[in-house]
Amino acid sequence: MPFETEALKNINLEIDKGEFVGIIGHTGCGKTTLLQLLNGLLKPTKGQILIDNIDIHQDKRKLREVRKKIGLSFQYPEAQFFEETISKEIAFGPNNMGVTGKELDERIQKSLKMVDMDYHCYKDRSPFTLSGGEMRRLAIASILAIEPEVVVLDEPTASLDPQSCSKILSVIVNLHQKYSKTIIMVSHNMEIMAELAKRIIVMEKGKVIMDDTPRNIFQYSIEKLENIGLSLPPVTYTMYKLKKIGKPISSGILTVEEAKDEILKLARSIKRK
Amino acid sequence: MMFFRSITIGQYIYRNSIIHRLDPRVKIFVVILIITSVFLINSWIGFFLIGLYLFTNIYLSKVHPKYVLKGIRPLIFIIAFTLLIHFFTTPGEVIYHIWILNITREGIQRGLFIAVRLFYLILSTSWLTLTTSPIALTDGIERILSFLKIIRIPAHEIAMMMTIALRFIPTLMEETEKIIKAQMARGADFESGNIVKRIQNFLPIIIPLFVSAFHRADELSIAMEARCYRGGEGRTHYRQLLITKVDYIFMIVTLLILILSYL
Repeated sequence: MPFETEALKNINLEIDKGEFVGIIGHTGCGKTTLLQLLNGLLKPTKGQILIDNIDIHQDKRKLREVRKKIGLSFQYPEAQFFEETISKEIAFGPNNMGVTGKELDERIQKSLKMVDMDYHCYKDRSPFTLSGGEMRRLAIASILAIEPEVVVLDEPTASLDPQSCSKILSVIVNLHQKYSKTIIMVSHNMEIMAELAKRIIVMEKGKVIMDDTPRNIFQYSIEKLENIGLSLPPVTYTMYKLKKIGKPISSGILTVEEAKDEILKLARSIKRK
Repeated sequence: MMFFRSITIGQYIYRNSIIHRLDPRVKIFVVILIITSVFLINSWIGFFLIGLYLFTNIYLSKVHPKYVLKGIRPLIFIIAFTLLIHFFTTPGEVIYHIWILNITREGIQRGLFIAVRLFYLILSTSWLTLTTSPIALTDGIERILSFLKIIRIPAHEIAMMMTIALRFIPTLMEETEKIIKAQMARGADFESGNIVKRIQNFLPIIIPLFVSAFHRADELSIAMEARCYRGGEGRTHYRQLLITKVDYIFMIVTLLILILSYL
């Protein structure tokens, strides 16, 4: 068939429990395909996906178990809403997994709390009346209600205003730290990635080309990143440019805090002269 | 999900061929002629000639016959069914007898005729859509229907609606696939359960699909209005349709073959 392509080639990844992994790469580099492979929505033409050392495609009936473990939130997840009320919308997932009655209600409350939405205020409202940022959080809550160990997020901040964006990010950080979920996140925002992820995977043309800590990637692979057309976090970029014109600055600055310290150090040394 | 990929409605395959360059009006007209004559012809020689003609057209279009024949696959059952019905229900000279059913000579003849007719019907229409881009097709339809403007039928608007509908078929299919996956990620199951359950299972797909289709329609209409679109009155075309010598020759050859096969 002329309309098929090989999306991923020779991918070898191991993700441990409790990690916060960021995946970056250009549009069409295979990020979304990789995410869909993780919970068995796509079947690899070659190779295996192991979760807790079990091949997920070994038994077709087990796929639902896999989806219970790995919650996947797509890009623009609010496109999946169909229920009349928010609590029903959240109930869809756990209901499919056979959760009913009191436990179902508890799960709805719990997952709304996890995304920082008030249960009594929201439960009877229609999901279609929410603002963009609230919709995004509701969509994440509807995944959390399945109680997955791993939360996979595809561009959770895409086309949101700055305020909703930071709200979502704090929700995600909370999921990782307070609720100890393993997070796998795709984003084009390098600043977010540098700040949140503990490990970054860089993909290009269906291949993993880098897999390291943000500091190492933004310190040693700047040229490589620029070559494949990916940007740096603004702070890192500014400091990198300063260093390039000969200022004594340590490379691989990731946060504004670090940049402030470096600039102050620089200013002081100039004064002393 | 593979289900969506097997639909080839309106699929257009670009090739640089003489058939692709023909005027869409000529092609539409020819297909209408073929379809009418296929139902008028009553001889094997006629069918043979038309078949030869159709396969020559497919050959000239440089589109692999595999694609044309793919359009037949979903209809094989219907063709087989009509074939059997005709075998058993046509009165005439009985040549085979099973239980209370009689197969007649006339039945076989008629059944095969109908099967061939359906086969040619699909063949010629797939040939048309495979070799004519949706835009050319609707332009052609608009021009053919333009005489209806006299009796106040909005030919341009009808053509525009068709263009938009065709344009959104792949988009909506992609959307559907995405929604199905999103609901499956939430544990939805579309493959098991009884009929009532299965229909209920479709609600989480249909509702989001409608919501997004309405959104799209809304956005598109605003975008069109922002560019001052206001319908067919006095609207000119970027691509002018022109009937050339090749078109005339193609039409004459087609007519000759159709007359020949009717005789």
